[in-house]
Amino acid sequence: MITQSFTVTNPAGFHVRPIKTFVQAASQFPCKVSVLSKGKKVNGKSSLGLLTLGIAAQDEVTLEIDGDQEQEAMKTLGELLVRIHE
Amino acid sequence: MAKQLQGIAASPGLAIARAVVLDAEAYVPVRGSVEQPEREVARFRDAIRQAQAEIERIRAVAEEKLGAEKAAIFEGHLLILEDPDLIETVEERIREEAVNAEYALYEASQTFIEALSQLEDESLRERAADVRDVSGRVINALRGVQGGDLSQLAEECVIVAPDLTPSDTAQLNLDVVRGFVTEIGSRTSHSAIMARSLDIPAIVGAGAGVRDIASGSVVVLDAVEGVLLVDPSPEELALYQDKKAQYDRRKAELRQWAGRASVSADGHRVEIAANIGKLEDVQKALDNGAEAIGLFRTEFLYMGRSDLPTEEEQFQSYKYVLEKMAGKPVVIRTLDIGGDKELPYMDLPKESNPFLGQRALRLCLERPDVFRTQLRALLRASRYGNLKIMFPMIAVLEELQEAKKILAEEKRQLIASGVEVADSIEVGMMIEIPSAAVSADLFAKEADFFSIGTNDLIQYTMAADRMNETVSYLYQPYHPSILRLIRHVIDAARAEGKWVGVCGEMAGDLTAIPLLLGLGLHEFSMSAGSILPARELIGSLSFGDWQSLSKQALSLRGHREVQSFVQEQLQRRVSV
Repeated sequence: MITQSFTVTNPAGFHVRPIKTFVQAASQFPCKVSVLSKGKKVNGKSSLGLLTLGIAAQDEVTLEIDGDQEQEAMKTLGELLVRIHE
Repeated sequence: MAKQLQGIAASPGLAIARAVVLDAEAYVPVRGSVEQPEREVARFRDAIRQAQAEIERIRAVAEEKLGAEKAAIFEGHLLILEDPDLIETVEERIREEAVNAEYALYEASQTFIEALSQLEDESLRERAADVRDVSGRVINALRGVQGGDLSQLAEECVIVAPDLTPSDTAQLNLDVVRGFVTEIGSRTSHSAIMARSLDIPAIVGAGAGVRDIASGSVVVLDAVEGVLLVDPSPEELALYQDKKAQYDRRKAELRQWAGRASVSADGHRVEIAANIGKLEDVQKALDNGAEAIGLFRTEFLYMGRSDLPTEEEQFQSYKYVLEKMAGKPVVIRTLDIGGDKELPYMDLPKESNPFLGQRALRLCLERPDVFRTQLRALLRASRYGNLKIMFPMIAVLEELQEAKKILAEEKRQLIASGVEVADSIEVGMMIEIPSAAVSADLFAKEADFFSIGTNDLIQYTMAADRMNETVSYLYQPYHPSILRLIRHVIDAARAEGKWVGVCGEMAGDLTAIPLLLGLGLHEFSMSAGSILPARELIGSLSFGDWQSLSKQALSLRGHREVQSFVQEQLQRRVSV
């Protein structure tokens, strides 16, 4: 299992569209993806779960990834967290 | 007298029509048991497929009517139908407890609706409406019930509802729907946002009184004041018909100016730009026809957090704005902080006179680590658009030279390490300290442009703290002292072939605009909401006339005299 923390830079926080991109990317990987923020942990492949985290711009978010291809998943998903979406 | 309700004006405008009341009753499924859970799971999956097809159809309609950006919400709906945490929970419950699908889905959705409703962020809280919308649709499919179809309305109406779901709003037939009012909601509710993008008047959060409105009664929706009249008297009706006609005419007039150039009646061209302080402001600037961003305050990147923003974070923000403006000029001002604006993590010393202390560029030159990080981020972003860099709070030439030297060093290093940087980036400065205004000729040789920050320039010229009410009478933008400084800055810049903007409140002030135009100002940068009235005014002014009128104004005795002089001249010219 690997973990890493990121700061969300998208000005609108982590809302519907970035979450959609994230969930679709996460679902491509066989490993288990968990997203932790403000003491809560949710399934990174569930858009509803991610929404309930209420991630705002500048929030710190930790990815906890476990299983096959965890390194690749961390790289891809970490980049999505710090990217700005339209 | 009509019955009156007060709500939040969510999307401005007026509408007068008969009410169509949407059914308020929400269906709550009861728990039942099923004999063959596997068949129930299959029935649930069928309902999901049906809901997917319906949403796909609504999405296509919304995309055509509202554009791809607003239709994206329905992609979110489709995503909910694929959500493992929702769908698997429902299927598990059906299998393990042999409950009916309606109930299992209702319960599982309720968990998410409650969790979302408790969030701090208002727009995330609104996502609960999406879950309610989607699960309601699947439950309708399971029950074999047709949901309300708002595209079938045939007569002019105002919709009255407890709340409108995203799919309700997307299906509104705009040929007949004149506006809507809801019982609950806020300015950032989904329905409010949709109303603004559909450009129809709407009041949200009008309260329980909404329930007493009967379908067919005449309502007056005044979404300028946030007032709803039910069954107005003939006098009230006449009054509001007048008000509506005036509002619509004025709106159409202003709208015409959005896509136009900013040109005086006699053909003198200027530029009207927007001031922005957050990334979300860019869209508003574009919607209001901004020709450029005249001032991008970067402080928001540094505030409300516990450490300095990284180069990468800043780069992403600058790139976003530059790309969004698609080649139009973007003037980004380097960090203007210190003194009264606090950044706890930077540990700035308390000063007894913060406005005269170590703020803005003075602080940046003292903390080159902070300054260089920002400059690198700006330089890296430069290739994504038309970037101009501006330094704030310059009092003496050496400060400008030092800042430019550091910028040049960073540029050289970036290029040496293989980073692509735009060839020519204009580098300018704010004029807000009287010393810089008085000696503008000296600065004009080394700066590519000036932007006059009139708020601070007035405060420093009058030696009057703007926050101190006892001396607020000295905030006199039309005082000849201020106007003479501005004239001097513009003349000094013109002598060197440089351009000058104003980014303070004066730029959008309808009394100051004729004077600034007459003095030869090139760029007016203001909040987005002021752009259209300003462009309309400039279009009605003669540059030639105001060149001589502003000369006259500068020889008047004081602020009030100038103010009445301009207003008289404007009046006279309108009536001719």
